[in-house]
Amino acid sequence: MMAPLFSSKLLIVLIFGTLFGLILGVLPGLGPTTGGALILPFTMTLDPLSAIVLLTSIYCAGTYGGAITAVLINTPGTPAAAATCLDGYPLAQKGEAGRALGMATVSSTVGGIFSVIVLVFFAPVLAQLAYEFGQPEYFALAIFGLTMLASIGEGSPIKNLIAGAFGILISTIGKDFMTSIDRFTYGINELSVGIGFIPVVVGLFAISEMLTQSTLLDQVFKRVALKAVKLPSLDDYKKTWKTILRSSGIGSFIGVLPAEGGTVASLIGYSEAKRFSKEPEEFGKGSIEGIAGAEAANNAATGGAMVPTLALGIPGSATTAVILTGLIIHGVRPGPDLFREQPDFLYGIFGAMLIANILFFIFGFFGAKLFARITLVPNKILWPMIFAVSVCGTYSLSQSIIDVWIMLFFGVLGFFMRRFGFSVVPVIIGLILGELVEGTLRQSLVIFDGNWLMFLTRPIALTFFILSLIALAFPLLRSKKQKK
Amino acid sequence: MNNVRNKKRANKSLPFFFKDEFKVFFVIIFVSTILLVTTFTFDKVPPILNRGIQPATFPKGLLVLIMFLTAVIYYLSFKNPWKKEKKLPKPFFLTILSFILFIIISKTLDFFLAISVLSIFVSYNWGEKRIFYLLLVGILFPLVVFIFFEMILGLRFPPGIITNLYYY
Repeated sequence: MMAPLFSSKLLIVLIFGTLFGLILGVLPGLGPTTGGALILPFTMTLDPLSAIVLLTSIYCAGTYGGAITAVLINTPGTPAAAATCLDGYPLAQKGEAGRALGMATVSSTVGGIFSVIVLVFFAPVLAQLAYEFGQPEYFALAIFGLTMLASIGEGSPIKNLIAGAFGILISTIGKDFMTSIDRFTYGINELSVGIGFIPVVVGLFAISEMLTQSTLLDQVFKRVALKAVKLPSLDDYKKTWKTILRSSGIGSFIGVLPAEGGTVASLIGYSEAKRFSKEPEEFGKGSIEGIAGAEAANNAATGGAMVPTLALGIPGSATTAVILTGLIIHGVRPGPDLFREQPDFLYGIFGAMLIANILFFIFGFFGAKLFARITLVPNKILWPMIFAVSVCGTYSLSQSIIDVWIMLFFGVLGFFMRRFGFSVVPVIIGLILGELVEGTLRQSLVIFDGNWLMFLTRPIALTFFILSLIALAFPLLRSKKQKK
Repeated sequence: MNNVRNKKRANKSLPFFFKDEFKVFFVIIFVSTILLVTTFTFDKVPPILNRGIQPATFPKGLLVLIMFLTAVIYYLSFKNPWKKEKKLPKPFFLTILSFILFIIISKTLDFFLAISVLSIFVSYNWGEKRIFYLLLVGILFPLVVFIFFEMILGLRFPPGIITNLYYY
């Protein structure tokens, strides 16, 4: 499994990716998704395996990195670390920042490694199942993915659906891939090849975040002092091992579902930790179980989210959407054939994720104090620099200035979307799945001779449609239950 | 006296067209309608070449879905009004202005000059007044980025008054 990784080049890429991921995770507003999108153009100089190893190590380390800022400055470095703030910061305020970070590091590592094991065993099984899928099944699966995203993603399900439909709509810009007819190009030649993924992602994540930061300039972070990260004591292990394992399972499962991966996983992991705890009253006041529950779950979601990404080509989270784009631009088509034809490539990714989890444990344990200092870089210096990298990275992919303008447009749009409660993640997933949704729908209709009802005669497709309906009904039932 | 008047005004509920819910509803419906009209201008494929559905059908369906769901969220907002957002501060508008400046300068003068101007403009307006740091973000860092992309990634940037000095 590790054989492809025994090259000095790949190990350097892994170490760089892990360090870079940690820095991205530590900086509030950045994170593995934005960082992955920013670094994607640079991966063009690498071979496919190195490129994906770089992106996955950023993903694993970035997810953990968010915990450092959550514990020390009460601001989650990534949305997935939001639940870690609830107990991490209160514990740090009691003078136990080292203990809080130690627990976050250990539980993140265990969660991450657990999810890689799930990935190794579950992804090939899912890929094998996918051999049974035809066009109608893939269409139904993509619809299921989008409805799940709307249903269990953050925010209003209807707004998520609108955002997802908008993402699919963006994918229709350009020449129709089946008939070569121009759609929404308005006579602009550059638009006939469609809108690239990178300008949209960098715009929606990096530029919109820059605009958000421009509204938060009066915000002052108070950093709690940290002497050193401490390994959890035997008592802490006794108290939390069940929570860590439970949250690892929850995180891996949530990760497999197409949604906002780690964010949802950490919230569920945290609330389940509280439910099963013997001291639920301690939650919110610096409970070590709370930190373990949230951190094990959000890191476990990383491997889980890679399962549908690699086995079906359906991203399990926003960051895996970036990784999926990385795979596509390097000519690797995820799906069952990838498992049959390029097992070395896949085992390289699995091994890289495993090593990345061990590396961030080492770097986090010995370097958390140093990484925490990165938060001292003021926004007025940091964000203009990120802008320069965003612009050059976006330009570099197809050397088109139009792409830079598209990035700025989506930056402004993303800001207003977030301001009014629309998540930008469904737009990205919709954009990624757009061609699959439309292509499989149209090809299915050719197979069915235009008869839509024939979808219902395919058992797997029908199951996905029923699951989609359940996913849509779930928020309604949940809100009714909450009202009662 | 003015304070009392302002307070009274603030307590009055806003007319519907000033509320965020309506603004969002209006913008989405307006843009979707324009796009929907555009779909009627798409070329049609002769039946013999047509596979499944016409190229305009899928985007039409999506736009109708977006409009329908937008109407639903607007309807739901009558029962549960949205949280009122804070007014946007001055640095936000200055950042937007810097984007416009960036587009104009990159189109007419130079791509890297545009990055430098934006970086200094944003950094200054976000509160950085020290010359050294302004030069760092406005000149030194873009230079490092230029060298990295040009030399390591072999990228050729668009011609301009500064970039040409390097290329010619």
